[in-house]
Amino acid sequence: MSKWRNNNAWFLVLPVFAIVAFSAIIPLMTVVNYSVQDIFGPGQRFFVGVEWFRDVLLDERLHDALFKQLAFSFMVLLTEIPLGIAIALMMPKKGWTASACLVILALPLLIPWNVIGTIWIIFTRPDIGLFGAIVNNAGIAFDHTASPVDAWITLMLMEIWHWTPLVALLAYAGLRAIPEAYYQAAKIDGASSWAVFRYIQLPKMRGVLTIALLLRFMDSFLIYAEPFVLTGGGPGNTTTFLSIYLVKIAVGQFDLGPAAAFSLIYFLIILLFCWLFYQALQAVGTGDKA
Amino acid sequence: MKLKKRHLGLIFYLIILFLPIYWMLNMSFRTNADIMRSFSLIPTHPTLVNYMKIFTDPSWYSGYINSIIYVTINTVISLTTALPAAYAFSRYQFIGDKHVFFWLLTNRMAPPAVFLLPFFQLYSTFNLIDTHIAVALSHCLFNVPLAVWILEGFMSGVPREIDETAFIDGYSFPRFFIRVFIPLIRAGIGVTAFFCFMFSWVELLLARTLTTTAAKPIAATMTRTVSATGLDWGLLAAAGILTIVPGALVIWFVRNHLAKGFALGRV
Repeated sequence: MSKWRNNNAWFLVLPVFAIVAFSAIIPLMTVVNYSVQDIFGPGQRFFVGVEWFRDVLLDERLHDALFKQLAFSFMVLLTEIPLGIAIALMMPKKGWTASACLVILALPLLIPWNVIGTIWIIFTRPDIGLFGAIVNNAGIAFDHTASPVDAWITLMLMEIWHWTPLVALLAYAGLRAIPEAYYQAAKIDGASSWAVFRYIQLPKMRGVLTIALLLRFMDSFLIYAEPFVLTGGGPGNTTTFLSIYLVKIAVGQFDLGPAAAFSLIYFLIILLFCWLFYQALQAVGTGDKA
Repeated sequence: MKLKKRHLGLIFYLIILFLPIYWMLNMSFRTNADIMRSFSLIPTHPTLVNYMKIFTDPSWYSGYINSIIYVTINTVISLTTALPAAYAFSRYQFIGDKHVFFWLLTNRMAPPAVFLLPFFQLYSTFNLIDTHIAVALSHCLFNVPLAVWILEGFMSGVPREIDETAFIDGYSFPRFFIRVFIPLIRAGIGVTAFFCFMFSWVELLLARTLTTTAAKPIAATMTRTVSATGLDWGLLAAAGILTIVPGALVIWFVRNHLAKGFALGRV
């Protein structure tokens, strides 16, 4: 299915282009500028070339943070995407139950991120928190402030609790956008519910699932407020993800140059992964007879 | 009504989902000392003192008003600019279309911490610091691309024959777009509106950097509950419960669009 060729379509894109470029290009140029300079104060800066980039790339703690970040993001994606699709498929199609489900699903998304971390501190406390109390009564010692494994589990649970609804909402809206005629045709052909899912629902949801996957990857890769509030990157450095390490450099030590170089590398890593995901998903889509 | 297995799964999930929210609700009706003293499933001495404080202290309730103002501006800007752009990306081939489309999304990928200072400088240059429009515009950086991507996904699902039939029937483009096309992608518009609202509502770093007093958002006000004496958990929980309310109303209003789905017969 080829698109209409028309360069005048640029006029439809122009407002979006202008509004995003205004807020995007100038700050990005500034950061590139910082990244090649040693900054002591206003008017006191020296050009240092790619020194910061070399320092950052050779930094062992960065490698460690990157590895943990990748592990975290992939584990989260592998849980949230299938779970979100499953929930969307289970949800009622209409009536007050559908409305109620939608409202409950949306609740975790609406709380500011730092507050989510704070609430989970209490929620997982063994003495006064609901989750902590349940787990401890089941005979499992659980403390995210002392045990690295428990800190990871808590962060994963919080992330999955927080963001699976986003995948579910997108998938649900995607399912509702499938014309009824497709289901009727499948019924006439006697297709099983698995076949309906595999050959109608999944291909038709490709657009929304692409955005869900990219969005969840980017945001989990940039996760900052929740682990910062919950564990402060600890115990030790076990939950020091990339963004927490970056803020330690940028704000803690106030090294603008290295921090700028770090964030450009950070940005390029996300860009690379998103591009790979996007290409892979596009290729899958064109292979199907959707 | 018979209860199917999948309904049980859904109910189980929704209960799990609701537990942390319930705990926040529980905490919001208790005093700080009561929360720290003991575990209790329901508030034993329920109190409204936390909510009273939020509704009587102007620095608290004005935070909600500021947030609602800039989030609304942002959602309106995002939707009105993204709708035509998404249509262009889904229907036309033009110079640089694929590159611009992907570039838009890259604006969500920048780590915010280091971009704060350049952002502050940029908005200072235009004398926009501490205005609602500054926060609304800065949130466009990530909301507009998201809106374009989601809407494009939904628009690509609409068969192009519908456009062609409408044009043959003599519809002008604006009339076709508003009367025929927008109703077809109402699920997409509903979910986009909600996401724009949501991401702008919970964003803290940019909103806090670009405001001082007059346009200070609620998320920034909430960080004040950390004081020298520790955290005021009850007040924070009450403020958290109240941050949910506007968004829950938004999803209530768009729910029909989300659930209505797609009917080809209307064209």
